[in-house]
Amino acid sequence: MATSVQDHDSLWQRLTIATPYLWLLAFFLVPFVIILKISVADPVIAQPPFTPTIDDAGKLSATADNFVFLLTDKLYAITYLRSVMMATIATVLCLALGFPMAYGIARARAETRGLLLLLIVLPFWISFLLRVYAWMGLLNNYGVLNNFLLWLGVIDQPIQILYTDFAVFVGLTYSYLPFMILPLYATLERMDLDLVEAAQDLGASPTRAFWDVTWPLARAGVVAGCLLVFIPAMGEYVIPYLLGGPEALLIGRVLFDEFFVNRDWPLASAVAVVLLLLLVVPIVFLQRSQARNAEGSA
Amino acid sequence: MRDATTTNSDVKDAFISIRNVTKSFGDFVAVDDVSLDIPKGELFAILGGSGCGKTTLLRMLAGFESPSSGRIEIDNVDVTHQPAYERPVNMMFQSYAVFPHMDVEKNIAYGLVKDRVSKTAIAKRVDEMLELVQLGDFRKRMPGQLSGGQRQRVALGRALIKSPKVLLLDEPLAALDKKLRERTQFELMNIQYELGITFVVVTHDQEEAMTLSSRIAVMDEGRFRQVGTPKEIYEFPSNRFVADFIGTINTFAGKVTDIGDDTISVYCDEIGASLSALGRHPVEIGQSVDIAVRPEKIFIGKSEPEDAIHARLKGVVDDLGYLGNRSLYHIKLEGGRIVQVSSQNRRRSANRFLEWDDDVWISWRPRSAVVLVD
Amino acid sequence: MRRNSRFIISTLAFGYAFLYIPLVLVVVYSFNDSRIATVWGGFSTRWYGELLRNEQVLDAAYLSLRIAFTSATFATILGTMAGLALARFSRFRGRTLFTGMITSPMVMPEVITGLSLLLFFVTLQQLTGWPGQRGFSTITIAHITFSMAYVAVIVQSRLSGMDESLEEAAMDLGGRPLRVVFDITLPLIAPAMVAGWLLAFTLSLDDLVIASFVSGPGSSTLPMYIFSKVKLGVSPDINALATLIIAFISAGVFVAWFVIRRRA
Repeated sequence: MATSVQDHDSLWQRLTIATPYLWLLAFFLVPFVIILKISVADPVIAQPPFTPTIDDAGKLSATADNFVFLLTDKLYAITYLRSVMMATIATVLCLALGFPMAYGIARARAETRGLLLLLIVLPFWISFLLRVYAWMGLLNNYGVLNNFLLWLGVIDQPIQILYTDFAVFVGLTYSYLPFMILPLYATLERMDLDLVEAAQDLGASPTRAFWDVTWPLARAGVVAGCLLVFIPAMGEYVIPYLLGGPEALLIGRVLFDEFFVNRDWPLASAVAVVLLLLLVVPIVFLQRSQARNAEGSA
Repeated sequence: MRDATTTNSDVKDAFISIRNVTKSFGDFVAVDDVSLDIPKGELFAILGGSGCGKTTLLRMLAGFESPSSGRIEIDNVDVTHQPAYERPVNMMFQSYAVFPHMDVEKNIAYGLVKDRVSKTAIAKRVDEMLELVQLGDFRKRMPGQLSGGQRQRVALGRALIKSPKVLLLDEPLAALDKKLRERTQFELMNIQYELGITFVVVTHDQEEAMTLSSRIAVMDEGRFRQVGTPKEIYEFPSNRFVADFIGTINTFAGKVTDIGDDTISVYCDEIGASLSALGRHPVEIGQSVDIAVRPEKIFIGKSEPEDAIHARLKGVVDDLGYLGNRSLYHIKLEGGRIVQVSSQNRRRSANRFLEWDDDVWISWRPRSAVVLVD
Repeated sequence: MRRNSRFIISTLAFGYAFLYIPLVLVVVYSFNDSRIATVWGGFSTRWYGELLRNEQVLDAAYLSLRIAFTSATFATILGTMAGLALARFSRFRGRTLFTGMITSPMVMPEVITGLSLLLFFVTLQQLTGWPGQRGFSTITIAHITFSMAYVAVIVQSRLSGMDESLEEAAMDLGGRPLRVVFDITLPLIAPAMVAGWLLAFTLSLDDLVIASFVSGPGSSTLPMYIFSKVKLGVSPDINALATLIIAFISAGVFVAWFVIRRRA
């Protein structure tokens, strides 16, 4: 420690660092190591249902069987791919809806802006599960949406909306929209409106001005927003379970079922490890962009 | 006059004594082997650009940093490794650092509350301070309701309440507007005079340093380049950095041709003329030196000056600016060299006859110019 | 909104409708007398009555509130310490790992966090015999771990926006470092700590996935109870429960908003 202030009375400072540090080591890092360890164990019918990776003789017994199985069984490959695809589509939908909304909020009058933002954040405080549940009533065969479409005459008998991929997209977009809008708003709000006006003043059409000025400057917010939607959407469990059909297998649900239904802990761990590997790149990206934002605003 | 380059170990009864202090952060040396003595009751300024090490030096005096090597004594007590909260030193921060969740009174009292002084004694002291910084009517205000100047007074009162042996001021006037700055400057000087506390001011503003302080240390790259009174530093800069940093100065490079009793003659190739100036450094014939002269020391006129001892040069008016109390001229010499001249507008329309492209003579007394060696 | 085009305004309208119509419908249907939740059978408050007589719901809600209160409190303490460490102690050994561990739980998929903690608790039990039973304590520990990250980030950003010389000034005036924390730092970051506590509390009340992993038989949190019910489809008493929660939280958020606006 370089500065003198820290040379004196540093006991409490050490405590300030050490307490959360040790907590995280114990309850975040160690559990991760354990996942890694169990992912290379064999399943057995016992309690707990896996073989020790270090046997009584202290010999290491690791197996790559779980990973080999994941790679060779088509079901898993398809599920991972489906997860990436669903998360990507949900991200695109969130961006398509979230960008104009964030833009509109950032351009709104100062008094209304606060209220508009509050209305974006409010659903976030209301139970996630209940918000997803709300869509079940809206989308089911006798639900409001079907009744509305029947009344309009667009359809003459109820169509299946709930328990389809479409419902999952709606649910994902709905749940993660605030995560897209908030970082977008933060960058758009900081952006100098004069720049856009200057571009228009120099003869750019509003569309040109948008693509030449607004979009590049908003890129940091776009990146952060997309990652904040994509990463949790990849591991989502509740939405596909409640809104998706039985065939709507997403990796989060597979992991859950593998663990609770099949009780194959080593395989579930391996599924988690692979999911984490898929997410390492976007997570690192996100942390970098947030660190940069933090520096920029400081 | 004595040479002012040395770090004045000749000061009697040093109250603050800084001995060979070095502070480095990793590979970066912020303060490089600095020594300085400041007597009791002095208003001392440390002047320098950003990153010169002045703030680090101040923070070492306050106790927020400890020196990598060297020693700091205050009133004959070694405080080198004493933490800030044990030093008889208080500081007024550049941002003022007025506690936003306490009213004016609580802010000012904070230092005493920590010292377990009786409530009545604190109240009395707070009243004194409020009067000193003229904030009596604002005692219950929160900092959010105060102007910048008032917040600065809170910071000052808060730092003075413990009657520190030394008050440190970090850019005390930087955040104030020009008018308020001038007024505050004089108030600070009055308070310092009244209380007799040693003040150490850090500033990047040379004007502030010149008017406030009785002595100045000019700092660059972690070292003192000159320590002296404002007058010494302005009139007799001891090197090119100080000459350049303080005010405006014209310099002419040349070689020493003759060494007289107190003047030195130098031949300047650039302007093809011999100039002489006051020499305060030992030089040798043939040595490369600079002759430096301030713009306001130069006379300007249409006719050749008659006085034979003057250094004189011929040129044309390249540019001129009327500033109200004085006028600025850029005179282009025959070789193309530009010299800055400033003349007081004592009489209305004096020198008004000078116009662009007029032929003029500029001249100065040898004693007005100095020789710079490094 | 003179600068906003018609396109922007209609997108905003659509977006807000999208966000709020489902919630409004849940509220409306909670007053539906019909047992079949999707058919309107007249106005009634009978589901609220049934809800309040349902002991399973009350037990689950009580457990959830206890967990949320405890975990939010500990998460605020630990998160504030972490935020202080990150914002004020620029250099210490293992800082990179620390930063990584603080921010990771926020972006980690819940299934992974839940699974890793459960495996951890199982391993721990094998080694030490604790926790003999999973429930309140294990869920609380899990919630503290992921919500302290949010508190830390809120506190850190508040601190980095705060003039560091405030603390130095207090120290300069004779405050020892620990005194300074209580005199200056904590009062100034108190709003961030309150915000952090509320967020941690909400996150804990909200969590289904992690709690499902680390809870044991017999200890169901409210989201776990709701989930087990809605798995089977729409249910009127859940509508009533959702309405209560929506009303409670909206009221709280709006009151907070008005208080903050009045002060500013």
